[in-house]
Amino acid sequence: MTELPPLFQAWFAARGWRPHAHQKQLLTAARKRESVLLIAPTGGGKTLSGFLPSLIELAAHPHKGLHTLYVSPLKALAVDVHRNLERPVAEMNLPIVAESRTGDTPMAKKQRQRKRPPHILMTTPESLSLLLATPDAEAMFANLSRLIVDEVHALAGTKRGDLLSLGMARLRRINPGLHCIGLSATVAFPEPLRDYVHPNARIVQVKGGHKPKVEIVHAADRMPWSGHMGLYAIPEVYAAVKAHTTTLIFVNTRATAELVFQALWRANDDNLPIALHHGSLDREQRRKVEAAMAAGRLRAVVATSSLDLGIDWGAIDLVIQMGAPKGTARLIQRIGRSNHRFDTPSEALLVPGNRFEALECTVAKHGVEAGVLDGDPPRPGTLDVLCQHIMGMACAGPFTVDDLYAEIIGAAPYRDLTRQDFDEALAFVENGGYALRAYERYAKLVRDSSGFYHVRNPRFVRQFRMNAGVIVEADHIKVRLGGRILGQVEEYFILGLVPGDTFIFGGRLLKFESIREGVAITSKGKGEEPKVPAYMGGRLPLTTTLAEAVQRYFHTPERWNELGPEVHEWLDAQAERSTFPEPGRLLVETFPRGARWFVVVHGFAGRNAHQTLGLLLTRRMMRLKYKPLGFVAGDYAVAVWCGEEPTDIDGLLDQDILGDELEEWITESNMMKRMFRNVAVISGLIERKGPGDEKTGRQVTFNSDIIYDVLRKHEPHHILLRATRSDAAGGLIDLKRLAGLLQSVHGKIDHRRLDRVSPLAVPVMLSIGKESVGHAQVDEFLDDAGEGLIADAMAVRKAK
Amino acid sequence: MIVLNGVALTPDLSGVLYWDDRRTLVVADLHFEKASHFAARGQPLPRYDTALTLAALTDVIARRAPERVICLGDSFHDSQAGERLETENADALRALTARYDWIWVAGNHDPAPPENLGGTVVHDFCMGPLTFRHIAHADARAGEISGHFHPKAAVPTRWRRVVRPCFAVNATRVILPAFGSFTGGLNVWDPAIASLLEPEFEVVMLGNDKLHRFGCGALDSAVYYR
Repeated sequence: MTELPPLFQAWFAARGWRPHAHQKQLLTAARKRESVLLIAPTGGGKTLSGFLPSLIELAAHPHKGLHTLYVSPLKALAVDVHRNLERPVAEMNLPIVAESRTGDTPMAKKQRQRKRPPHILMTTPESLSLLLATPDAEAMFANLSRLIVDEVHALAGTKRGDLLSLGMARLRRINPGLHCIGLSATVAFPEPLRDYVHPNARIVQVKGGHKPKVEIVHAADRMPWSGHMGLYAIPEVYAAVKAHTTTLIFVNTRATAELVFQALWRANDDNLPIALHHGSLDREQRRKVEAAMAAGRLRAVVATSSLDLGIDWGAIDLVIQMGAPKGTARLIQRIGRSNHRFDTPSEALLVPGNRFEALECTVAKHGVEAGVLDGDPPRPGTLDVLCQHIMGMACAGPFTVDDLYAEIIGAAPYRDLTRQDFDEALAFVENGGYALRAYERYAKLVRDSSGFYHVRNPRFVRQFRMNAGVIVEADHIKVRLGGRILGQVEEYFILGLVPGDTFIFGGRLLKFESIREGVAITSKGKGEEPKVPAYMGGRLPLTTTLAEAVQRYFHTPERWNELGPEVHEWLDAQAERSTFPEPGRLLVETFPRGARWFVVVHGFAGRNAHQTLGLLLTRRMMRLKYKPLGFVAGDYAVAVWCGEEPTDIDGLLDQDILGDELEEWITESNMMKRMFRNVAVISGLIERKGPGDEKTGRQVTFNSDIIYDVLRKHEPHHILLRATRSDAAGGLIDLKRLAGLLQSVHGKIDHRRLDRVSPLAVPVMLSIGKESVGHAQVDEFLDDAGEGLIADAMAVRKAK
Repeated sequence: MIVLNGVALTPDLSGVLYWDDRRTLVVADLHFEKASHFAARGQPLPRYDTALTLAALTDVIARRAPERVICLGDSFHDSQAGERLETENADALRALTARYDWIWVAGNHDPAPPENLGGTVVHDFCMGPLTFRHIAHADARAGEISGHFHPKAAVPTRWRRVVRPCFAVNATRVILPAFGSFTGGLNVWDPAIASLLEPEFEVVMLGNDKLHRFGCGALDSAVYYR
């Protein structure tokens, strides 16, 4: 195994460190020019490991031009890593220039970087993509020795990851001997990530240090039947914060972050410095919190997944997860944020929001202890990103179709891209790619007599640069209080407000006044109950693995004691009243309540798939004349209510629901139209709104919804519609998971017709009012109604 | 039914306004060849807008059987739109202008509509108690019919906020919704439109199957450009 050069050995020794085994493995691989995927739990000194070979090489041999390119998914991470790298460089007095390049880098510096690049450049997928789309990219990267991709697990399978993979393919084309290092957290599917890094990469897996210590909160207050926030346990959470140096409190949605933060401040008798961090908040404010955290000035931060990724804060000694974790791999990564060192166990406290979540937390805790990982392998690359990349490559210089195709299928996500799909993407970039009524005259690309494609007009290059990137943010509205922008929230949330409505944002109660020039104007709200912000940011559905583990857990009553008496009693009642769901089968309960019939499908397929199923079921029920009235979807089940008793349950849940009803729904779905809009922007069909476009008081140029309708009608096979469809297979519509569910349970449906609500159905039933209405009085009303519902559900046991 | 300056006008679900007594059909902002305009600038929108707009227009003309058709300007998206028209669309348009008394009011997008398609080009003009022009005049006398702004309105409903194109009406004027198939819209509360309508106005919104009439007080006043 390779030893460190003396200078580095001395530096390690001076800090009281010894190089990890995997750091040496990486050095050996680097010397042999073997690409590597390094998989290590958080805190394994991963980032330094990635840079060590480059530091040593650069210290020993002067290098002309760019030596190492580092790409991370977060701008903040690129900056943070840059700062961390400055230390060894300064302390060992190494002749190395390291710089970062993001959207925030000043123009003059960017230009200088292109002419005289540093030895090490830290950047993001978007910035790399723009760099590669210039004619001088070839020269800039010709002498590149190494590429380091950080947080590969967070990139692969996303559109940003697709964009980066295509950029990596181009880098390898420019420089076939490029040495690649990928850094990843522990994942269930390492092979696809290895392929993502390099087709011939080797996996170096670092085993975790100590097993984490995971506890589930024992609250004095009783555990609620519904809700996902865990506010009942705030006293225990506060006590835990007090007992530790620095606590990171993870929640699942931005709305929850706001409410948990408020509740903690109400409990904060000692005035502990507690802060809030989520993706809707203004960037400046987030940076302040991050800086205060890094400096050890905070006792706790309430955060969403905005802090999931690796910024290094050594001091955290407790991670609290409020609400169910939804996946064990994610829980392990979050827990890993505590004690960012290798030698002591991480400590975590789980706070289930309701009884169902208590089950989920318990099962996830077992999963963490057993080291079970979940999550899906990354999906294939998307076509809208491919279109954008093709245009970018045309901006870099002329190409032939065969060469570009060969290059692109070298990117792992596009390995199986057919020549036909590629040709269609190219045709789209060229002139829209329409089967009928084509636009030869207005082509963006022209082919010369030797088969090379060129950009027809320099204005299309400028247009590309203005619109590049795969994050479409137009759906957000800025929130202003007085002269200050506090951050931004989803447009549909603001559009649902009536002037005078109050909501919590950035830790304050705000009153919505109006929307002016595309900004939501607010004033300070007065002590009334807020209308809870419904912005969803970061709500991820339950993973398949965890869902199955929960279903299996139902059938191990000998372990239920660990759940505590409340949850145990609830499960006992369900055992007597109905039955339990099991993997591979589908439990459907029907029962009357009030003047309605309820159908509860315990699908365990996650909220998004259930949401889609609910939409399709109501359509089919309409056809079957059951008079559907509404539905609500949760992670475990979907409940539909209707005027007539549904009797044909097998017919209701037949796979053919994915045919007619789905087609019908897709035509009208706002969600599909929103997805199409994103695809249209990413692919370059329509331009992003430029700053100031909204202020001029001119009518919008056109409506992407209409274009979607027109394409569906006249060009049903158009590549952008296919791209929209494949987006719908996952994400918010999750058709793939729904299809998988319906297929696997065909003929295996357990229908229980009950005389009243079942205990297992209570949590999803109680979310009915909360999901669909939301005003304070309605909630109170429903809470009252909820008491009756629970009494009904548990009545069997009490009567005996 | 809208009564303006003593004249009874019928708003049609398609977005046109029909003057029964004079058998005159009024339509605003057709924006022919908008998609190809964007295509030439690097955004290759599918090229179906002209055919769709023409089909919808032919349809409502057949239904109403007018003698006269007034296009209130911005009928063509830009000054080269006529040259870009596909042959079958140009032929269909010529057939229409030959059959009806066809009037092109000049708009800001098409100050000089193509000359080879038939019809008469005019600027502002009066017919009986009504004045037709592309952009409303702030100090117009009662009886003004115009387009240009693509008005739309938002109404909060139990389900959610619903936004639709609309006719905007007050004692002085009617502003027509845009008829072109790829056109966007501007909220009636935007100062550009609202200043022409306030204090009292109503809107006639184009629903899926019927028209809906609202006083301005019933409209969501949160202006949002989208």
